[in-house]
Amino acid sequence: MEKTDGVVVEDVYVPSARRLERERHRRARTRRATAVAALSTLATAAVLYLVVTNSPGWPRTRETFFSAEYARDALPEVIDGLWLNLRLLVVCGAAVLVIGMLLAVARTLRGPVFFPLRALAAAYTDFFRGLPLIICLLLVVFGVPALRLAGVTTDPVLLGGAALTLTYSAYVAEVFRAGIESVHPSQRAAARSLGLSNGQALRFVVLPQAVRRVVPPLLNDLVSLQKDTGLVSIAGAVDAVYAAQIIASKEFNYTPYVVAGLVFVALTIPMTRFTDWVTARMDRRRAQGGTT
Amino acid sequence: MRPATRPRRRTTSPAQFATFAALTVTAVAAVTGCAPQPESPVAAPGASASCAPGKLSTEVPGKLTIGTDKPAYAPWFEDDDPANGKGFESAVAHAVAKKLGYGKDEVVWQTVPFNTAFAPGEKKFDFDINQISISDSRKKAVSFSSGYYDVRQAVIALKSSKAAKVTTLAGLKDVKLGAQVGSTSLDVVNDVIRPGQRPAVFQKNDFAKTALKNGQVEAIVLDLPTAFYITSAEVPEAKIVGQLENTGGAGEQFGLVLDKDSGLTSCVTGAVDALRADGTLAGLEKRWLSEAADAPVLK
Repeated sequence: MEKTDGVVVEDVYVPSARRLERERHRRARTRRATAVAALSTLATAAVLYLVVTNSPGWPRTRETFFSAEYARDALPEVIDGLWLNLRLLVVCGAAVLVIGMLLAVARTLRGPVFFPLRALAAAYTDFFRGLPLIICLLLVVFGVPALRLAGVTTDPVLLGGAALTLTYSAYVAEVFRAGIESVHPSQRAAARSLGLSNGQALRFVVLPQAVRRVVPPLLNDLVSLQKDTGLVSIAGAVDAVYAAQIIASKEFNYTPYVVAGLVFVALTIPMTRFTDWVTARMDRRRAQGGTT
Repeated sequence: MRPATRPRRRTTSPAQFATFAALTVTAVAAVTGCAPQPESPVAAPGASASCAPGKLSTEVPGKLTIGTDKPAYAPWFEDDDPANGKGFESAVAHAVAKKLGYGKDEVVWQTVPFNTAFAPGEKKFDFDINQISISDSRKKAVSFSSGYYDVRQAVIALKSSKAAKVTTLAGLKDVKLGAQVGSTSLDVVNDVIRPGQRPAVFQKNDFAKTALKNGQVEAIVLDLPTAFYITSAEVPEAKIVGQLENTGGAGEQFGLVLDKDSGLTSCVTGAVDALRADGTLAGLEKRWLSEAADAPVLK
């Protein structure tokens, strides 16, 4: 409210001419940028399309890799096999998180009395991170039944899951350890000075921060595990990729592989988006000055 | 507080745009203007390709390039060396080469994994010999010679298992079966035996043998010569339970694989037919593959 010449003028905001001009200019620039981006994208797509479709082998490639008829035949089989991948992913994923966390905690324990535990955990992670997964699978899936131990399963899926868990626990343990070591020592010191025991400091102060920091790399390992579940097919179990291979080698057509690949990508994309969302949320919280 | 100077927004200058446009145009021109690569020589329809000995238009001029997978298994090959002429398929390949006018030193062997034998694109071999069964759907992707071997499927199991006592096809229904991927044995399991539980499918017969020894599968279905070889030489604690009747009209045959519409197809087929007619194939079978007569037929 303001008095000028005895008239009461409503104090309404009116953008100045200069401001309007500036906004107009900005909008124009944005429009132009969008148009240029769209145009260059279209041009690139056109070039790629022409390169592929004008290549001399395109008709045969289309018939071999993108045949609708074979895709229709393969899809139900691939989806059927995918059920095995998903079950393995859930069970192994849960086991890997638990074992990985235990290994990471064992490696970061302080005090000379825990030396054997630390050494064992370190030896385990070194060995299983270095051992190629396919060799680990072969040894477990065909080696364990050869021992003829009473009461030990010979089911290739269970054994394959065990081999996956062995290898991936080592990866995930290192991720957790990186998280634990990234928490500043002052946090632990502050917790101890408040009267928390070593265990309590780890449980209530260090681990929550550590886990939150390593969520993105953890999900990365989970996506990787999802794709590697197919390797248990070495022992005869039929997963999505193997179902595709069976059809492909029977019919001499590669379309089922393309179908299986797309199915896996379709599974991975939601997971990736979820990872991005988690990361963004964490960044927002940190920016608001919350605890990291 | 806002900073006094704001960073300039990045925009595309006309010069940049012109460059990009020029590049695009060049690329399109290059693509549409590039000469198609010559496809493999295709025999003109009607004109019979010249099968003059040693004068074929092969992958490597003057040589015959033959593909097979590695490891090369007995009894089809011996000592994992296809070039030595030992084993049924090695002997057949060399006999075909000889018919086409290529002596032993003019034959080059290439390692071709089963899955790449039917890949489109340029082939690195003139023909591939790898116990590949002829089928109509496969003919859409490759060309086959005429068949050089009539295949029969057989079932093997450990002597100590209950699967070894099966005498009928129906008896195999509740047995855990295994077979190799890409083999017609797998089709036999799925279409003829139709077991109650899903069969195990193996990348290589080696894995199938290990799984059989471990008891992870109770029986394996494979072609009869391999079954004989495995039970006599590799897994003596296993036996042939029986052989399956050859279903279908002409029965199942192994054929040589050539590139789709390869100009050599008619020559190679002619060579295989000649070897069948003069009794060479039968002689090689007798020499390298065991007599299949004593395996009982499961009905």
